[in-house]
Amino acid sequence: MLSRVADSLYWMSRYMERAEHTTRLLDVNMNLMLDESGTSADHRWQRMLIALGSPADVVWEGDPYALTDSLSFDTDVPASILSCIIAARENSRHVREQISSEQWHRLNTLYLQVTRPEARRVDRSEPSDFLQQVMEGVHQFQGVSDSTMSHGEGWQFIQVGRYIERASATALLLEAYHDDLWMMHERIFEGTEYLEWMGLLRSATAFEAYCKVYTADVTPDRVLEFLLLDENFPHSVRFSIDTLQCALQAIEGGSGRARAEPLRRLSGRLQASLHYASVEEILRGDVVGYLREIQMQCRRIHRTMYELYIDYSIQTALAG
Amino acid sequence: MQPAAPERLDHALLKNYVLDHAFDEMFAGPDDLHPHYEPVFNRFCSLPPGELQRRKQAAELSFLNQGITFTVYGRGDRSEHIFPYDLVPRIITADEWAKVERGLTQRITALNMFLKDIYNEGRILKDGVVPRELVYSCKHFRRQMVGLQVPRNVYVAICGTDLIRMEDGEFVVLEDNLRVPSGVSYMLTNRRVMKRILPQLFSAYNVRPIEQYTQLLLGTLRSLAPEGRPEPNIVLLSPGVFNSAYFEHAYLARQMGIELVEGRDLVTHDNVIYMRTTGGLRRVDVIYRRVDDDFIDPMAFRSDSILGVSGLFNAYRAGNVSLANAFGTGVADDKAMYAYVPDIVKYYLSEDPILQNVKTYILTEPKSRQHVIENLDKLVVKSVGESGGYGMLIGPKSTAAQRAEFREKILADPRNFIAQPTISFSRAPCLIGDELEPRHVDLRPYILYGDKVNVVPGGLTRVALERGSLVVNSSQGGGSKDTWVLS
Repeated sequence: MLSRVADSLYWMSRYMERAEHTTRLLDVNMNLMLDESGTSADHRWQRMLIALGSPADVVWEGDPYALTDSLSFDTDVPASILSCIIAARENSRHVREQISSEQWHRLNTLYLQVTRPEARRVDRSEPSDFLQQVMEGVHQFQGVSDSTMSHGEGWQFIQVGRYIERASATALLLEAYHDDLWMMHERIFEGTEYLEWMGLLRSATAFEAYCKVYTADVTPDRVLEFLLLDENFPHSVRFSIDTLQCALQAIEGGSGRARAEPLRRLSGRLQASLHYASVEEILRGDVVGYLREIQMQCRRIHRTMYELYIDYSIQTALAG
Repeated sequence: MQPAAPERLDHALLKNYVLDHAFDEMFAGPDDLHPHYEPVFNRFCSLPPGELQRRKQAAELSFLNQGITFTVYGRGDRSEHIFPYDLVPRIITADEWAKVERGLTQRITALNMFLKDIYNEGRILKDGVVPRELVYSCKHFRRQMVGLQVPRNVYVAICGTDLIRMEDGEFVVLEDNLRVPSGVSYMLTNRRVMKRILPQLFSAYNVRPIEQYTQLLLGTLRSLAPEGRPEPNIVLLSPGVFNSAYFEHAYLARQMGIELVEGRDLVTHDNVIYMRTTGGLRRVDVIYRRVDDDFIDPMAFRSDSILGVSGLFNAYRAGNVSLANAFGTGVADDKAMYAYVPDIVKYYLSEDPILQNVKTYILTEPKSRQHVIENLDKLVVKSVGESGGYGMLIGPKSTAAQRAEFREKILADPRNFIAQPTISFSRAPCLIGDELEPRHVDLRPYILYGDKVNVVPGGLTRVALERGSLVVNSSQGGGSKDTWVLS
């Protein structure tokens, strides 16, 4: 497969995942506003910005609707939902021949829905229709990708993009909540604080899944354990890294490269550390440090994968 | 203008069908159908009203859904359009085709010999058959090609020649496209849609197939592979998704099963071209390039190009990669050079040209120039470097201001223009609304020249869909039809 094609598929997928994540955080936080809470609105929205990686050009100025509007529609903000969908579609345009027509159709429809001028003109205080539409569009795209595209090398790059984005976003989300929640893990959470926990879980679509495992009895160590280490939940960091590792192995097998050793070592080590970690151990140690290490490893995997498959120098390629 | 026969006119389908001095593909005269159009005519007349429109819409939807679109430049929105498709097939008889085929084979053979000659010994220039300054002043002349050995001496491997039919029914050549001719994907998809929309009509004729084109193209490209590369890696080089013909590039690559690459996918090392894949670098042997000379290698040609591959020309010169078409072929389809093609055919093949040219005035000749300037309202003036119907003056339809503008332009740079009489080329029936009306058509057959010459029986018939219009280019309101060559 051409490196350029792999690159476009990877980014198409990453941008879609990113759009979904931003959408969900906005939706959850808009929803939280409806209830009284121990934490102030200022604090919650600023925390959300941290969870989104503190996007440049976006500042909290006290108006949640203005913030939501700019994180949804502002094309000058690279992190906005619109920017992500446009970037995903642009990448897919370059590889239209490689993806299925259903994928293209789904993504293009979503693009047309969100870029038409009326999308933005609807009442700014009611953004949830728009957010819902994006969420559904992204889910349909992912479903169609899995069910209509051949699960060959190209699809594996889509997997890599989706899960590397998801693993780092979840780790960053947990980091953003750290000060509020795990710093005070001696306390018992009730009432308004319970809403915060729900908010965190729902930010990773994890609330229902969590309840199935632990019941509605929400405690800080369990939330961390679930979002970080759960084996079966598709938004947990461990699940994401497992899937990522799987996809990388498939790519390595398919393209027959002996030089994949550094990449295999990186992703394997991260996978193993998540497999054999326990939440008690993590909580006893430096939680933020642990979460940051995961994000750093993800970046390193991204870089190493690029050097291996996409952006390699001619000299190394000819030597290998 | 005289109306068609009253009997025919009675038919609801033909209310606006007029015949005049231009050749009509369907009617030999009022009340006189060409026999090979009889079944088409009967079929269209027998369909219930509305049915034709319904089928036409089905065809258009099918194009849109398949993403068979092109991009129009310079309208700001850079929107994607479908190439309008006309349901009525254009039919060419076996005898007519036999002559066209012989003529095109003769022409491409001579043009390849001409290119070899001017880039090597230059015999034709020494013998004064073609003026030396015409060759060297052509902006498509590539001095880098001088003295270069070209695989199999094939400069033009893929050619699309524009033919028109004159009032007497003879096909003549309007233009040779020897650089990167496009449109062949429409020829192929038109046929596919036609078979689906009007299957009974299609099977009532013995239409020669064209579907083998992509295989022949692949064979032609393979025959150009460098020595010692028995399993050549053939790629199609496209300028990318923003190019107006991107659909065609993707379509042909997919049909041939070769990789569709862009300049940034290719790298040069030690005069060898590689493509970047996830499995490492892979050597490239033959490039079917759809990028113009100017943009293809920033080291050899335009240095501001970001579409090309640095070092491609050197790799080509070293014989490590073949290109179709070769560099510098544009010198032979220059609109001024066109006037000399009959002489070129005679010079190299000692045969009379089978297909004639349209009378062309070379404006560097003072006498012709004077004549043209005085008769701008009767002539068509074309800029030699432009294609796609841009930079043209159609005398009878022009305003005084436009004529004045072209007069200035011609006097300032006579080498850059040619003039031709306004030709009323043939018209074919088209479905306009619910009726058949005649519209001007041309024909672009595709010629492949590798280890042998292949002319696929058919081509792209382009239609000037506006009433009275003579411009068939897709960018200027043209459409197309399926073209049937009968066996």
